[in-house]
Formats: sequence, structure tokens, C-alpha cells
Amino acid sequence: MSILVNKDTKLLVQGITGKEGQFHARACVEYGTQVVAGVTPGKGGQKMDEIPVFDTVAGAVQTTGATASMIFVPPPFAADAIMEATDAGVPLIVCITEGIPVMDMMRVKNYIKDKPVRLIGPNCPGIITPGECKIGIMPAPIHMPGKIGVVSRSGTLTYEAVHALTLAGLGQTTCIGIGGDPVNGTNFIDCLERFQADDATEGIVMIGEIGGDAEEKAAEFIKAEVTKPVVGFIAGLTAPPGRRMGHAGAIISGNSGTGQSKVAAMKANGINVCENLAYLKDVCSETFK
Amino acid sequence: MKVHEYQAKELFRKNGVAVPEGAVAFTVEEAKAVAAKLGTYPVVVKAQIHAGGRGLGGGVKVAKSPEEFDTYANTILGMNLVTKQTGPGGKLVKKLLIEQGLNIAKELYLSILPDRATAKMIIMASEAGGMDIEDVAAKTPEKIIKVYVDPNVGIQAYHLRAAAFGLNMPSACMKSFTVLLKNLYNLAVNYDCSLVEINPLIITAENDVIALDGKMDFDDNALYRHPDVKEYRDLDEEDPTEVEAGSFGLNYIHLGEGGNVGNMVNGAGLAMATMDCIKYAGGKPVNFLDVGGGASAEQIENGFRILQSDENVKAILINIFGGILRCDRLANGVVQAAQKVGMRVPVIIRMEGTNLKEGRKILADSGLELINAKDLKDAAEKLKAAIQ
Repeated sequence: MSILVNKDTKLLVQGITGKEGQFHARACVEYGTQVVAGVTPGKGGQKMDEIPVFDTVAGAVQTTGATASMIFVPPPFAADAIMEATDAGVPLIVCITEGIPVMDMMRVKNYIKDKPVRLIGPNCPGIITPGECKIGIMPAPIHMPGKIGVVSRSGTLTYEAVHALTLAGLGQTTCIGIGGDPVNGTNFIDCLERFQADDATEGIVMIGEIGGDAEEKAAEFIKAEVTKPVVGFIAGLTAPPGRRMGHAGAIISGNSGTGQSKVAAMKANGINVCENLAYLKDVCSETFK
Repeated sequence: MKVHEYQAKELFRKNGVAVPEGAVAFTVEEAKAVAAKLGTYPVVVKAQIHAGGRGLGGGVKVAKSPEEFDTYANTILGMNLVTKQTGPGGKLVKKLLIEQGLNIAKELYLSILPDRATAKMIIMASEAGGMDIEDVAAKTPEKIIKVYVDPNVGIQAYHLRAAAFGLNMPSACMKSFTVLLKNLYNLAVNYDCSLVEINPLIITAENDVIALDGKMDFDDNALYRHPDVKEYRDLDEEDPTEVEAGSFGLNYIHLGEGGNVGNMVNGAGLAMATMDCIKYAGGKPVNFLDVGGGASAEQIENGFRILQSDENVKAILINIFGGILRCDRLANGVVQAAQKVGMRVPVIIRMEGTNLKEGRKILADSGLELINAKDLKDAAEKLKAAIQ
């Protein structure tokens, strides 16, 4: 079992003929993901390797029955790409693009709110169910099918967690990068809910960072709704206030969004917090034994 | 991106948000000319730096006469202004904003910003203006009113009324306040602001509503569609090392005083976690440096050089989780850099992921005294030893 994606997922790639889109579409195919279509306006009728390219998402969905989209289009056009996929009825959209203006994402978020679509990202590594389906830019070899769900705001930290779980022999059910932007499509709680309901998932690793209050809300949710053991990690305990630490969303404003308040909220709600990344594997082995 | 008060007020004026008469001055002579043009006293002299708390630091003065004005203009221009936001080093004042003094009847607070949790624009307003708003929010949250606006619908009359009644706006000021708020909202949205703040917004004895102060921060990701705002960038206000790193496409943040460990990492989250690791190992990070997923050997070389150029750096920790950025490419970049610029301090490298073996071999064959760590725990131990 897994959540959101599996071996039956049929993927289309928006921006498949660009450098990044092409590279990562190929890597997904290599992993075994069913990549059924690409979309690049103006290049409909061509092929990328054996994958048919369409002018519109609607056209691609009609012809191929794609059930998920992976977006690689540049930031100025990414909001448009998400809304196009939404209108074409794609139920799962994974937006990898980094650097989308906040105002664009606010419009997107309000636009898709009541529509039958789940958006993951933007500014994220994607989602993977090891051994079945990879949608995103994560390095495949570090993953191992297993029993722990991973949800994270940060790309390379997701890889650290995955690597730790693989070394510990625990493996992963599904790993989701929800992205480092202030406004994103899927939050921790959306993922925690699904991991809780997934029989194959026996424990959860949740990785947050400074900025906003998503981790605090997730911690409360875990206390109320999650019976499986959870390991938590927060990056940026030493970050100074007022500076954006790489991710647009990773900023402490005033007294809110500090790492300390997040760690405190996690501890208070029964999450096993790992404060030093060097010990993540040990904490996971201990918690999920 | 941050801009100066005078630049924010320029945008306010162009977009129908009332501001006091005045202009920016780069010399005392220019300042005098602006004061002469205003004609009547009092005249306000305001230091222009990218930091708040200027008044308490002595950077804002009200002159009641030309003599006082001369004194203030001469003192403030060229002063090293220290506020709680500048740090102990302070900032050199290179420009002044000269403005007409007004008859203040009441000071209010007003700001507009995107709210990440609801994906709506939020208007925050308070009758407790002129004060540290975070203090007000912490101690008396009921004194701050919040109005949420769906950006897909835009600001409506009832939003304006909610803010006006919430502020107990006198009926004589209703019209000028709602016009100001509507224009300010549209300015914030049209210019992709991450914050527009007026503290204080004043009501004058003549019942005019005027932005006495003005602060605007812009979403860096949206600057491509605002060439006029890009022009406002003031490199004097930025850390020179950050500007240099930025020119190589490196995401570098200088963390200021007291640091002793330089670090280079791929990925923002991992970079923050690495800084935390440095602290647990007894060091203090000098910087944040995310070389990103697709760093070139040239970028790594420049990052390495910038880290070593800081005299306070006693050791460097390089932490890479190889995905798209493969370990062999990183190793090549580091070896090249070390050969070119030399190694002034111990360099500890922890690599993981794609092409790890090839990367380690490159480091081992280089003949350089690079310290290879087998994992992050090992790296922390080796760092501890290096800085003792």
C-alpha cells in the first residue's frame, strides 16, 4: 500500500521538451513510472523519446487518460500550468518549479480550493512510492520499499530522511515533498491524514523548517488524530530572524515561525523530536523498532 | 527586496496614497533646497536606511527653524546610525528624506500582507499606532483588527468599512481613509508586495489621513515583472559578500558577528540543518550557503573562495547530499578551488548520494589535506577537533 501514487498512476509532464523536464521525465520512465504524455504548447504531435507530446493538457488527458501531472514550466508560467491541469480534470498535480511569485500561488490556491484536485508543491522534489512510481527529481537509488511515510518541506532533507530509513532497514511507503514556499497546495496535515489511514504505513517522519505555523498545527493534529509513532525534525534552530533562508517560506517574522516554538509544539504533542540531523537514523531506529 | 521610505512614498504618491510634501536629499545643500521649497516650519529630517527604529536611534528629528534644520541635516547625514535592527555595527546614513511637519491629531497602524495560512491578503490595522506593533500584538491582541481579502475577488466596500469602523474612524475622515486603503491594497497586490506597512498612519488636526511613514517589501520572485522596483535596489544597504555571491548565482547569507565555521551545502533545508549541526559541535556558523541542485564547478570554486576570505573562519564544513549535483562533480569543484586559492583552514567534507565512491576517490587522489567524513556524525566530531 501507499498514498496518492502507485504503479497504476499515469503521468503526464508539462514542460517535457525543456532541459529539466526532459531529463527528469526520462529518470521517471527509468524508475518504472508510466509516463503517458508530455505537454508543450506549439509542439503537439512531436515525440519525446517514445512519449507523445500534446499542445494542451486537456488534449493529453483525453487521449491518454493521464491521472497525474508533473510540472516543470518556468516560474512566470507555472500558475497558468497548474490551473490548466486543474481544468483538464487531472486529479493529482505535482509542481516542481521553484520561484513562483506568492501572489500567483495565492490566486491558484483560491482557484483550486473547491475543485477535485490535489496539488503537491510548488518548489518541491515531488512524490515517490518506492518500487512503484516516482514523480519528481529525487535521486531514486536511496529509496527502499518499506513501512515508514515521509513528509517534508525541504528537498535535500527529505533525501537525508529517506537515506536514514533505508540504512536502518525500515524503508518507505511513500515520500512527499510538500515544498518550501509560503503558499503550497498540500500541507502536513493532508499527508498525515493519509498516512494514518494507510495500512502499510507503520510510522511517519515529518520534516519541517522555520517560518509560518504549519508544523505547530500539524503537531496538534498528530496528538488528536494520529496513533502511529512520529519522528519530527526542524531545520533552522540557529537561523536569525528577518532573513529568508533560501526557501521563500523559511523566514522568522517577529516572534512567529521560530524553530524553538516548533520543536516545543512537537514535543508537547508526543512527537519524538530529533534535534540534530546527525542522529536522525538513530532516532528512527529507536522509534520505529 | 527592501526599499527606502522615500521610494515607498514615491509609489504611494503615484498610486493615490496620501503622503506629506517632501523629497529626498543626498547632500546638505540639497536638503536645504527642499526645506526652502517647503517654505514653512516645522520640517522633518529623516535618515534613509533599510532598518527600522530610526527615531529611537536619533535618525529622525523635527526642526522648528532653519537653524535647527541645518544642525539636524548636518548631524544625521553621514552619521553611523545604530538601531535595534541594524545590529551594533550600525549603518552609514547617505540620504535624507525632508518633509513638511504636520499637526498630528491621532496615530494609527496599517499594514497589508499575504497570509500564508489562508492564501488571502490580510489588512491589519490598529488604533495603537506609532508603537512597536509586535508588542501590541503580544500584549493586547484585541487592539489589532484583521480583515481578510480573497485576491481573486479583490477589495470590496465592506472590507473598507470593516477596517474604518474597527479603527473608530471619525466620519469626517471616512472618505479619505477608505480611498487611501483601497489604493494601498491595489498597490500591494499589483506590485507583489510581501509587506506594505504604514506606522504611523496619521489623522491631522485638519482631518486629513496621511501616511507619515512608509515601508514596502517586495517578493523577489516577482521582480521580473516590476522593472521600476528593480531600479530601487540600493547595493549600499546590502552585505558586500552577499552581493558578490549573488553575482555567481549563489544563495549566500552572512550571519554576522561571532561566527567561526564556514559552510557550503546543497539545498536550503539541509543548509539550515547543517548550521544547526555546527552549533551542536560547539562552533558558530558564519554563513548560510546553498549552492543549489545544479551547481557548476565554477560556482563551487567561488563559494569556497568566498568562505575562505572571511578572516573569522577557523574551519569549513562542506555537506552535500548528491542527487542531481553528483558527488564527483562536487569533489572536482572543491579540489580545483583548493588548488587555485589554497587552503587556509581545515576543510571537512561530508558527501552522500549519487557517485559517492567516485567523489571520495577524487578527494583522496588530489593530494590535498581535505578531511573526509564518513557521515554527518563523523563530520561533527572532526569539526569539533578542528576548531578547538
